[in-house]
Amino acid sequence: MNQQARITEIVEKVSGKPLTIGPDESLFESGVLDSFALMDIVSALEREFAIRIPDSDATSRKFDSIARIEAYLATRS
Amino acid sequence: MAYLRAFGAYLPSRVVDNHEMAAATGTDAEYILRGSGIVERRYAAPDESVASMGILAAKDCLENAGLAAGEIGMLLVASGSAERRFPGPASAIGAGLGINGVPAIDLPIASAGSLFGMALAAHLVPAYGNALVIGSEAMSRVVERDPAHRDTCILFGDGAGACIVSAQTGFAEIRDSGLSSDGEFAAALRLDFDAPLAMDGRTIILQASRKIPRAITELLERNRIPPAAVKAFLMHQANLNLIARVAQALAVPEDRFFRNIQRYGNTSSASMLIAAAEWRGQNPAAPAGPLVFAAFGAGLHWGALLATP
Repeated sequence: MNQQARITEIVEKVSGKPLTIGPDESLFESGVLDSFALMDIVSALEREFAIRIPDSDATSRKFDSIARIEAYLATRS
Repeated sequence: MAYLRAFGAYLPSRVVDNHEMAAATGTDAEYILRGSGIVERRYAAPDESVASMGILAAKDCLENAGLAAGEIGMLLVASGSAERRFPGPASAIGAGLGINGVPAIDLPIASAGSLFGMALAAHLVPAYGNALVIGSEAMSRVVERDPAHRDTCILFGDGAGACIVSAQTGFAEIRDSGLSSDGEFAAALRLDFDAPLAMDGRTIILQASRKIPRAITELLERNRIPPAAVKAFLMHQANLNLIARVAQALAVPEDRFFRNIQRYGNTSSASMLIAAAEWRGQNPAAPAGPLVFAAFGAGLHWGALLATP
């Protein structure tokens, strides 16, 4: 499974529904996730990719879309 | 040594429910309730101010403590919504209480200001005597009630809380505290001059959900107290869902966290002391175990404080 598919799976698991928006669309503005789901996404990314996301990186902008999450993870590899 | 002697509170009489807020912001009452847990909040009357509400909370606290204003040796007043740049409300509150000459220190720290005041007071009371810590906010005057700002304005309310920290006696001893600040996120929650309150809500919630449990855990571990042994958690009332997340992170039943945000909304620096005053009113006997206070907010500033019977 490629990285985008793994991220999509995490988002679908947290939101409890299939993802129907494009990778560049906002997960929050589109209504896929609410504000409190962001912490679940960050925790799930830490588990799935075996990384520790520091507080300094814990901003909504970095995790706003599938593409942005992918770009952030690229900086951590 | 420093002790918690009493709490007090003042809430303005005007109730603004979610139906009124929904009509002003073009949303629906159920949306507000679901996202925040808030049912209604209070708004100050036009002739009320941060100082006038602080004075009333202080008087309530003095009465609960059985103390006269003349027995106070220091004032610490937190507010993020004071009406002017300077002087802040602290000296006006001192004058209103008739204790001119007593040092009155402003803490322009929204949300976590009262916690910072309590922690500082614990160190200062041996030198200054009884400290009156106050959090007072007129948040309704710093938010814009319109559809463009609805995710922010629906959250906030007005009110004041107070606490007396004493060097001699009280119902619980302040044992320890941990305070932290991080200016990297200063822009995420701010009140600029001539602009309404601005908040990146998702980032603030994410930061709070990580930092509050960590601050409490570090404090309790340092004092060898398991979270399950804490009898009451008295937190800044920012969001009902956030409080639930903190309880979950600490593996503590939610009902250990006193909650009154449903009725008052987020009153910023006043909220933790208003909650403490209501909790104490419902639990006037000696606490059966440790108490933990915690707050997080603009700055970022956050921390936790431990008190034991």
